[in-house]
Amino acid sequence: MGGVTVLAIIRPDSWDFPLFLHVLGAMILVGGLLSSASSLGFARGDVRFLRLGYWSLLAVSLPGWVLMRGGGEWIASREGWTKSGVDDPTWLGIGFLLADLGGLILLVSLIVGGIGVYRLRQGKGSGLLKATLVLALVLLAAYVIAVWAMAGKPD
Amino acid sequence: MSFDEWVLAVHVLSAFAYVGGIVLFWMLIVAVRKIDTPGATIRMEPIVKVGNVAVGVGAVGTIVLGIWLAFALDSYAIWDGWIIAAIVLWAVSAAFGQRTGAAYMRGMTKAKELDAAGQDGSNAELLALNRTVNGVVLHSLTSVAVLLILLDMIFKPWAA
Repeated sequence: MGGVTVLAIIRPDSWDFPLFLHVLGAMILVGGLLSSASSLGFARGDVRFLRLGYWSLLAVSLPGWVLMRGGGEWIASREGWTKSGVDDPTWLGIGFLLADLGGLILLVSLIVGGIGVYRLRQGKGSGLLKATLVLALVLLAAYVIAVWAMAGKPD
Repeated sequence: MSFDEWVLAVHVLSAFAYVGGIVLFWMLIVAVRKIDTPGATIRMEPIVKVGNVAVGVGAVGTIVLGIWLAFALDSYAIWDGWIIAAIVLWAVSAAFGQRTGAAYMRGMTKAKELDAAGQDGSNAELLALNRTVNGVVLHSLTSVAVLLILLDMIFKPWAA
């Protein structure tokens, strides 16, 4: 309880805007992943919903990731965590790891899904979009852990 | 992690579910604008259910755990200006969200009626219902209310 109270009191006002961008980006990212996974998962071969699932990743999750990662770097810098010789706390380490690894997986899912969407014109590509669905679900699970770590700040 | 830190983490996760559901509904609003057949409209139903669960769990989790935290943490009080603002905005977003759902359910209901009548082709009335301007305006208002909650949560205006 003390940790929550102290953290809330000591955060300077100048940290608020980068934190807002970071959280907003993360929420958009998670929303895009939820949309993508739902559309791809319930598409049942319908090209319209397979495309919707892919575009949710490209047009929502990707900009969300950029905003989340940029805002995260900004707030980490403001808090002094990016200075050399300063050890990251566990929660920040989890956040950075999952953000960066998640970014890589998002990139792979966009490439795989992009090929899948392109091949839909020839009546193929649904297998690649199933792989994209799996990656979107993995990302969703990873970012739930990241949100828990960033919000709860475990030691 | 202390119990209150766990509550805070689940409160924030609930907020992510709430916003995630709202983003999902934006994608459906864009997609449904091109849908004029009962079959395709009905195929959206499971995705709508995912959105409803996310918004429902998110809305309940944010308000219940948020109020819990307001009472549990020494530095916050339920009558702090920013907490009252958040509760009011939450109620506003929930009211707009409910009306948004009702606006879009007219299209789903029409699609089911057409499907039951064996009409599976394009239907102008269904397209008009799926393109409801009222629904877009209401969802925009819901989104603005939720964005204001996020700003309120981070900037904490009128904090003691």
